[in-house]
Amino acid sequence: MTASVAENVDQKLLLDYYKQMLELRVFEIKVQELYRNGRLPGFVHLYVGEEAVAVGVCASLRNEDLIFSTHRGHGHALAKGVPGRVVLAELWGKVTGCSGGRGGSMHMYAPEWGFMGTNGIVGAPIPLATGGGLTAKLAKKGGVAVSFFGEGAVNSGSFHEAVNFGAVWNLPVIYVCENNLYATEMAFSRATKNISVASRAAAYGMKGVEVDGQDVMAVHAAASEAIRIARADGGPTLIECKTYRYVGHHEGDPGTDYRTKEEVREWKGKDPVKLARKRLLDSGVAESTLAAVDQEVEVWIEEAVQFAESSPEPSAESVTEHVY
Amino acid sequence: MSEQGRVITYSDAGVEALREEMRRDSSIVYIGQGIGPRGGNFRQTKGLWKEFGDDRLRDTGICELGATGVAIGAAMAGTRTIVDEVFLDFALEAITQIVQQAANISYMSNGKIKAPVLVRGAMGAVRNAGAHHSHTFYNWFANTPGLKVVLPATPYDLKGLFKSSLREPGPVMFIEHKSLYNTKGVVPEEDYIIPLGEARIVREGKDLTIVAMSRMVDLAAKAAAELEKEGISVEVIDPRTIVPLDRQRITDSIKKTGKLVVIDESPSSCSFAAELLAIAVEDCFNEMQVVPKRICSKPVPNPFSPVLENLMIPSVERIVSEVHEVLKNVRRKS
Repeated sequence: MTASVAENVDQKLLLDYYKQMLELRVFEIKVQELYRNGRLPGFVHLYVGEEAVAVGVCASLRNEDLIFSTHRGHGHALAKGVPGRVVLAELWGKVTGCSGGRGGSMHMYAPEWGFMGTNGIVGAPIPLATGGGLTAKLAKKGGVAVSFFGEGAVNSGSFHEAVNFGAVWNLPVIYVCENNLYATEMAFSRATKNISVASRAAAYGMKGVEVDGQDVMAVHAAASEAIRIARADGGPTLIECKTYRYVGHHEGDPGTDYRTKEEVREWKGKDPVKLARKRLLDSGVAESTLAAVDQEVEVWIEEAVQFAESSPEPSAESVTEHVY
Repeated sequence: MSEQGRVITYSDAGVEALREEMRRDSSIVYIGQGIGPRGGNFRQTKGLWKEFGDDRLRDTGICELGATGVAIGAAMAGTRTIVDEVFLDFALEAITQIVQQAANISYMSNGKIKAPVLVRGAMGAVRNAGAHHSHTFYNWFANTPGLKVVLPATPYDLKGLFKSSLREPGPVMFIEHKSLYNTKGVVPEEDYIIPLGEARIVREGKDLTIVAMSRMVDLAAKAAAELEKEGISVEVIDPRTIVPLDRQRITDSIKKTGKLVVIDESPSSCSFAAELLAIAVEDCFNEMQVVPKRICSKPVPNPFSPVLENLMIPSVERIVSEVHEVLKNVRRKS
């Protein structure tokens, strides 16, 4: 079942989403540049090409709704409202980062914005998000939890056990699968026989929806419906977003050993940021308006870099704090 | 020693603690297999479902990984949870959630997110249950920063420690022993807590210190009674919680007696007994009169055969015999 997309573009919404997606894109390109220049420790897994999923899903969330993210989570953090400067400072290992520099790319937490972490373990956040849904259900305020994961997680025991709980306990969880076709270098079609993620929902007695992950309005439509259902105690939904990463699995992986140039080119033809921009122009928004937005984002990222770069490191005395 | 006061079983002491805490803290949710109407495989939640219902006593299928992850995630989001693995062995199905997620969350989030989740499970040998149902790997959790590890040995301690553990800000491994569930002891009816990190002097003595954990505490006390008849005065200490550990009380005793024997149902290599020996050497080297001794299970998976399992696990006879050996080897006097 494919979610339908309204023909009339809500310009105000789409302009907002365009700006958000551009921020995600510019942020990740900047992180890539800093990382390649040896400025950032650790490892990074970039979200380039998948921006419509994070922005489209988070658009209908309240600040107090919780999202649980993956190792590829900078886009989720930004879309949920975590300030770019705070995310970048965390990637830089600075004390002004959302985790005080203790987490970095794969272990960053910002509960002030309902961001319950990126995660280094594939599949692990899915039961955690389900638990977040349990807390929301017991609180009876219509809160929801969102679990982001890649198609690489759907063959794990974690996925299976977690969505089963979500379904049988009728929890307000939206399970969002970002199917970008590859788990590191492993094509989904080589890892499993049933390559439809959405169809797996039926096995748990749950709703499953497939959506074009490069179209932010389509993602928004599917996610807002799932969120509405969850808020009304109608239970969980599994949304499979068909998407693609324009970069390798991690910085250091060119992403070309296991993917053809043709395939990458074809997906770059469905760039979610460019698609949104074109759609806005086609609907009558002035080029100058968009250029102004582009400029705002440039200023925003420069400010974030300055903030993160000039922030201090964590103090030596703090190394044994917050263990318990 | 005379028993004064109400006597109840170890399992009932746990039920009482749970009932009191679940009444006091209406957010507590208990998740596990068979813990609802059935009252738990070990009767460890007997009667609670009748009072608190499906919302707070959540029965599950056989999916410890999911159940534990759900409990941890709910705790991160603000619900105090208990996840009952039932047999500690089944915590292995969920160990990635316990070690990678629950144990790390406070540190990784710079203290902003806590996971007040109590992971409950019964360890140890019981009725020749065999290799899959008899594990005692509490030492693994003791070596994982972020986890507290509680090993109640008596009904009295169980109630007080359970109540304390259910007020902790972060994850607690609450590890009972299967063979202790039907043991009985005095348990006051009133509300009392035992703070984590306080060892108990089971019996005072001056010639030798025995530190024992969980079911081994009872064996140590019985061995001490035997040795008393021979004029050997043994001090028995139960740490009760190995993280946080009451290092002071243990080392004070070792300095007093000059001799340490540890009884641990785990195999000896890298056991918690090994940690206690290291602490003795670090803190009490000058006062020690003899090499410290650990009495542990033989390094084999638990055999089903009763004859073989009895050889594997420490016994009162083995403890008495090893203490005699230790005393023979005393090299220096205080």
